[in-house]
Amino acid sequence: MTELITVTGVSKSYDRIRAVEGASFTLRKGEILGFLGPNGAGKTTAMKMITGYMPADTGEIRVHGKNIVDDPIAARNAIGYLPENNPLYTDMTVEEYLTFVAEMRGVADPEAAKKRAMERCAIVDVRHRIIGHLSKGYRQRVGLAQAIIHDPEILILDEPANGLDPIQITEIRGLIRDLGREKSVILCSHILSEVEAVASRVIIINQGKIVADDTLENLKERSSGHNIFRIEFLTAKDERAVADTLAKIPGVAAVSRVANDTFRVKTKGERETGNQIFRTAVTQNWDLAQLHLESRSLENTFLSLIEGGNS
Amino acid sequence: MRSTLTIFRKEMLGYFNSAIAYIFFTLFLILLSFLFFRIYFLQGIVSMNDFFSVMPWVFLIFVPAVTMKSWAEERKSGTMEVLLTMPALDTELVIGKFLAGAAFVGIAILLTLIVPLLVASTGPLDWGTVVASYLGALLLAAAYVAIGNFVSSLTGNQITAFLFTAVILFLLLIIGTEPVYSVFPNVIAEVVRNFSLNYHFQSIGRGVIDSRDLLFYGSVIGLFVYYNVKSLEARNW
Ligand SMILES: Nc1ncnc2c1ncn2[C@@H]1O[C@H](COP(=O)(O)OP(=O)(O)OP(=O)(O)O)[C@@H](O)[C@H]1O
Ligand SMILES: [Mg+2]
Repeated sequence: MTELITVTGVSKSYDRIRAVEGASFTLRKGEILGFLGPNGAGKTTAMKMITGYMPADTGEIRVHGKNIVDDPIAARNAIGYLPENNPLYTDMTVEEYLTFVAEMRGVADPEAAKKRAMERCAIVDVRHRIIGHLSKGYRQRVGLAQAIIHDPEILILDEPANGLDPIQITEIRGLIRDLGREKSVILCSHILSEVEAVASRVIIINQGKIVADDTLENLKERSSGHNIFRIEFLTAKDERAVADTLAKIPGVAAVSRVANDTFRVKTKGERETGNQIFRTAVTQNWDLAQLHLESRSLENTFLSLIEGGNS
Repeated sequence: MRSTLTIFRKEMLGYFNSAIAYIFFTLFLILLSFLFFRIYFLQGIVSMNDFFSVMPWVFLIFVPAVTMKSWAEERKSGTMEVLLTMPALDTELVIGKFLAGAAFVGIAILLTLIVPLLVASTGPLDWGTVVASYLGALLLAAAYVAIGNFVSSLTGNQITAFLFTAVILFLLLIIGTEPVYSVFPNVIAEVVRNFSLNYHFQSIGRGVIDSRDLLFYGSVIGLFVYYNVKSLEARNW
């Protein structure tokens, strides 16, 4: 069986707010699933239900084909969870905390499990320090170590890079990509680039409803928007000449002039088109100063799906 | 069972990780001794009775201070989410936290054994009733802890947990005092008095350990541990 988690028609309300409405999706073995949605979309609520923190109002969640209501312990054993905001016991040392988690998890060899998790997350050096005294980046890694200490098959990470500086974000991303080689991961985020950097498949959720569930490639293709390239020349160019030349490239939808030496090219979103523009510039002997992607198709898909839901 | 032990150790670590535990023990001992010896030296009778009669009232402040954090803090900091997604039953966690709180207060109580030792040096002391009273005090404190932990599970705010626990314990104490229970007609008064946490403590303190007294504390502890489990299971936050 390749489906590790199967969510079917799950809904959850808080008092009057419908946080998740009829969500259905699966997590397959070996994938990193990006769970993308704007603030308040219902991502965290969905994760809380899958991890067994909160029961669903309606619907069914299966882990390894078994309903989590019938066998909560088996489901929890299969999952490692880094909750939103990475809650930690801040007055414990890193090692005290991981010892506690390893014992709670009932791992066969707690010392070995701790060592492996600490090495994996590069926190061996800070093992004796009090968690509350660590930097946010280190704390995040302690949270990740907590999530992987029992070597779970599934990892659920709720905004793991939230509040980190760009360097730490890159490091955490690398770590997640690494972990994704041996585990199946659900990665929640409201930031497109974060999901794009690591995920193989993306689910987009908005106002509690799943509005897209597809591979990154497919999502890019189905984009209602386009890629927009910005071309800058060293010297001013004739608008007609440039526009006519570029318009001949298959995949170019429109060309417009922004300034004397700057043009904007709208394409249908295929990667190939960018290369074609570049090669045309070479054959035409253009004094190209810059060619860059201004707005990307995936972002357009994301925005249009979300705006569509809000209107 | 394993999880119960693990959470017990974690709670103990939490108590003793800071200086608060030692301040707590010291204050508890000083306050009790002060309240007791103030009267003791005036009376000139070698007896611990007054010591044990102030104890339940001193617990009224100290036990809620111990239990207020237990669940409220986990909820507030979000660690509840880590805890409740571990492969453990809610019951195991609740029992672990209860045992830890009871053990911590138990240590504070046993440290006061220095008082009867001092008293015994001033004259012949009836150790039978002292030992019985200590047993009663441990049971009484355990019942307080079960109530305090339950209240803490209802809120994400420690101060709220402290105040509510103190009020509930206060009510359960004063229904055992004469001015309160005597306002009820005779039969009811006896029933009301029986529900007081203090009544059974005094009864044990007379030196005869009656199974009804043990049963009373056992039931109070069992009931509030059960409520605590239910309040976690409801997951309504
Ligand atoms: N405990 C709660 N009580 C009441 N409403 C809640 C609670 N938790 C979440 N909500 C509401 O449910 C909706 C979904 O929230 P949720 O936290 O699941 O969204 P999210 O996608 O994780 O958002 P974010 O990106 O901000 O983390 C929001 O409208 C939120 O205000
Ligand atoms: Mg969230």
